[in-house]
Amino acid sequence: MISKKVHSVQEALKGIKDDMTLLVGGFGLCGIPENSIAELVRLDVKKLTCVSNNAGVDDFGLGLLLQKHQIKKMISSYVGENHEFERQMLNNEIEVELIPQGTLAERCRSAKVGIPAFFTPAGVGTEVAKGKEVRVFNGKKYLLEYAVQADFALIKAWKGDEAGNIIFKGTARNFNQAMCGAAKINVVEVEELVPVGELNPNEIHVPGVFVQRIFQGEKYEKRIEKLTLKE
Amino acid sequence: MLSKEQIAQRISKELQDGFYVNLGIGIPTLVANYVPENINVEFQSENGVLGMGSFPTKEQVDADIINAGKQTITTLPGASFFDSELSFGMIRGQHIDLTVLGAMEVSQNGDIANWKIPGKMVKGMGGAMDLVASAENIIVAMMHTNREGESKLLKQCSLPLTGVSCVKTIVTNLALLTIENGKFLLKETAPDVGVEYIKSVTEGELIVSPNCKTMFI
Repeated sequence: MISKKVHSVQEALKGIKDDMTLLVGGFGLCGIPENSIAELVRLDVKKLTCVSNNAGVDDFGLGLLLQKHQIKKMISSYVGENHEFERQMLNNEIEVELIPQGTLAERCRSAKVGIPAFFTPAGVGTEVAKGKEVRVFNGKKYLLEYAVQADFALIKAWKGDEAGNIIFKGTARNFNQAMCGAAKINVVEVEELVPVGELNPNEIHVPGVFVQRIFQGEKYEKRIEKLTLKE
Repeated sequence: MLSKEQIAQRISKELQDGFYVNLGIGIPTLVANYVPENINVEFQSENGVLGMGSFPTKEQVDADIINAGKQTITTLPGASFFDSELSFGMIRGQHIDLTVLGAMEVSQNGDIANWKIPGKMVKGMGGAMDLVASAENIIVAMMHTNREGESKLLKQCSLPLTGVSCVKTIVTNLALLTIENGKFLLKETAPDVGVEYIKSVTEGELIVSPNCKTMFI
């Protein structure tokens, strides 16, 4: 067994420096790597480029890094829930690249699986298409989009084993699966880290080959962004 | 004039047995409340679930199970979870039969703008650009006019576009219209709303269908 286990979040994020590009899993606050984000705040690394579907909320998720101006550039599809972010963006205090959600996911998956670029219809005829190559296939226009390039991916899964095999739960899977393996170093935090042999190989979502470091998160707040109950 | 619930109710009549449907945030979400009893449809949420159920009770709440609007949800028997890449794979691959979404503006050739007001509101397009670029069947649910009373059905969109020539049907608080040959075709009027009034609040070119009728809710 090749062990990917590290003993702390400090060990897991070793090597993260200013100016790096990070892929950060999650959709809204669902499935975000809470422990890794908290450690980034503590490390006080600056000028980060963060690729993440959303930018958290004002006081949680990537919002914690935005508060401290640790992020130089955000690459996201939707940032509407974070007022501080919107303020920084409208005042040009932060660089922002907004890209369609499916394109974002595919740019991560492509990097993971060795595809340098791909064509997608999303954004044709819009400002997203500016400067991009357009090709026609079967009478329909498509844009050329490139795989992301990132130094670290910060992933959150539900369960994992010491070999780095992981399983997600519910919609907390979201971007975590495509991002896991898309960066040079892929760090996974799990709610429960088990010895090898305990997970059913038929139920693994991402095999350990895509993971360099895995650790059990100390605690999870799992904040709910919009608690909506049945009337 | 239709309420938001009635707009959703009218759109629900476009659902067909066996449809996989993606509902956007706002009025579209309400469509799920009016699925006709004799048909089976499954709702997809692009953050990674097919077979979305109702909102949870207090006891059922699970922070790991939300919809694309970040609301807590439940799943129905037969539901499945998947990752964002596969989710948009089923959207781009045209495995989703119907997309219902909101809009700030729609033009008479079916262009849609719903993600950005330059200098004012920049939230991002989320999955809207992927959805409108791929879906065969797109219904827009929106108010006919904006808060200033100006038409949202235009000759040309003034806001940054989300997609080009993609909208097929629009249901507003005043009418049901389709896009035909680069014009709005008025097919149904809301109860108690006259054709002349609809014309007066539609900036784009409007043709009245010879079969135009009062909407049945």
